[in-house]
Amino acid sequence: MNSLSERPLTAMIDLAGPPPDCAAYGNAGGWQGTRKALKTLTPDEVISMVTRSRLRGRGGAGFPTGLKWSTVPKDPASKRRKYLVANADEMEPGTFKDRILMEGNPLQLVEGMLLAGYAIQASHGIIFLRGEYFLAHQRLQHAIDEARHLGWLGENILGTGFSFDIDLHSSGGRYICGEATALLTALEGSRAVPRGKLPPSQISGLWGAPSVVNNVETLCNISHIVTHGPEWFDGLGTGADSGTKLYGVSGRVCRPGFWELPMGTPLRDLIEVHAGGMKSGYALRALLPGGASTPFVDAADIDIPMDYDSIKKVGGRLGTGMAILLDDRTCPVGMLRNLEHFFAQESCGWCTPCRDGLPWVERLLDALEDGTGTEDDIEQLMRHARILGSPGRTFCAHAPGAMAPLASGLALFRDDFTAHLTGHGCPLHHAA
Amino acid sequence: MSTADLPLPDDLRQEILTLAGSEHRPRAASVSALRLVQARFRWISDRHLAEVAQLLNMSTADLDGVATYFNLLFRKPVGQHVFMICDSVCCWIMGCKDLSDHLCKKLNIRPGETTPDGAITLLPIVCLGHCDRAPVMLFDETVHEDVDTAALDRLIAEAQETPR
Repeated sequence: MNSLSERPLTAMIDLAGPPPDCAAYGNAGGWQGTRKALKTLTPDEVISMVTRSRLRGRGGAGFPTGLKWSTVPKDPASKRRKYLVANADEMEPGTFKDRILMEGNPLQLVEGMLLAGYAIQASHGIIFLRGEYFLAHQRLQHAIDEARHLGWLGENILGTGFSFDIDLHSSGGRYICGEATALLTALEGSRAVPRGKLPPSQISGLWGAPSVVNNVETLCNISHIVTHGPEWFDGLGTGADSGTKLYGVSGRVCRPGFWELPMGTPLRDLIEVHAGGMKSGYALRALLPGGASTPFVDAADIDIPMDYDSIKKVGGRLGTGMAILLDDRTCPVGMLRNLEHFFAQESCGWCTPCRDGLPWVERLLDALEDGTGTEDDIEQLMRHARILGSPGRTFCAHAPGAMAPLASGLALFRDDFTAHLTGHGCPLHHAA
Repeated sequence: MSTADLPLPDDLRQEILTLAGSEHRPRAASVSALRLVQARFRWISDRHLAEVAQLLNMSTADLDGVATYFNLLFRKPVGQHVFMICDSVCCWIMGCKDLSDHLCKKLNIRPGETTPDGAITLLPIVCLGHCDRAPVMLFDETVHEDVDTAALDRLIAEAQETPR
């Protein structure tokens, strides 16, 4: 196992056995942040620590966590209903980091939520968990029940007068629930359709009450920041951003998997050192650096550090930090068809350009793969990538996310698209 | 008359009412309540949907909108066991289509269908979050990683031998 000071998120995680219980968690350094915050720090001081740590959201958008918290109305928890929601709807294809954190050390999330709840003075915590994570559900429920039994959740925690409890909600399964406002709509028992951005959820969220939605990995960092201080956290990153990151690699590499590494670790290290390089007989062509909704990065650009701003310089986006690799024996057009099938299916249907545009894109890619595509179809794809890819033309970020791999793929793999025309279908005959 | 045409059992009605009472508003329990019904009957019939709607103080159409929205809620009968094969990008790269084809051939059904003996339903599912061990599938509520055709054959045998 790694040391708590260098690899805080995974130090207590050993997937070969059950996760630590409350006592083991405490013996390994857990609950220190809670004692410190609830007994010696004001809520604003906790927010200030998180702001100074420069922690940014780990769900994909990278919004500064302290800033998000600071916009919540300051009424004490006892005076106003507020919600702290953990976004555990991990459905971005290629991504499995939050599952590892929840299965491996569920109390770390519980403590992170407790501290976040204290900081924004919320008494209601909710974990919105994707429905397919059965093992995580079992372990989280067990952790919540034990923490409540021992007084870490519930009324008057540590005799400080602060009360906080957590409900575990298991989703019915839909990708758009990961969008923070759609998630709140789902929690209200309706079809998970996103909401307008104003007023922000921090002012009017779940049932109209101030609500903060944070990603699981983001929340798992909180107890460590409070315990060891923002300067320590800032020092963990190697580049412009602070902290560590759970990175992952999947595809045809020797050792696909996940690793907690300093924020800013270069893509090349992830692929060649940690994942052991490509499997024999395969070469890297390109990759989606942080899940299905991030743009392709060319194999020639993998010396770039994986932090929020650096990866943008090569056209990518950090996203979830879980990379999906395209090898030279897999058809990029077929891969795009697979991706767009996912996005078309998972569109919530609320706004017309997304609901009708994404299936159109999928049909165009179908035609190219099946050998009935025309030059005009490629033009249509470019047009869709331009129109649906621009923020503001659809109601939420679903369609722009769907267009990220398509727009970059059309530029990077133009020859492959052309070969699908002249060759009358997929030259690799890759299964659909 | 199948059990799905009969009224919801009293204990399940009570469980749903308790759940609804613990929420800020009853409708917040919609997905959880439907999952409870499905856990008992394997799917949600029109009759059960209408009963749950009444318990949650929602219209049937409103609740059906929720029920038909989510991937894991079944509004049609399914078999005793459900095979869900991930068809998202990592599993696609690692050959999930071959697995799906193998199942279709072995079971003589297409995705979305149930075997005539009612033992197995085959469904596609989106990324299951085990991408480093692709291809991946769900067999009822259990995840299987690094799936190959031999593993599928074992699971088919298990499904046919163990009715739920």
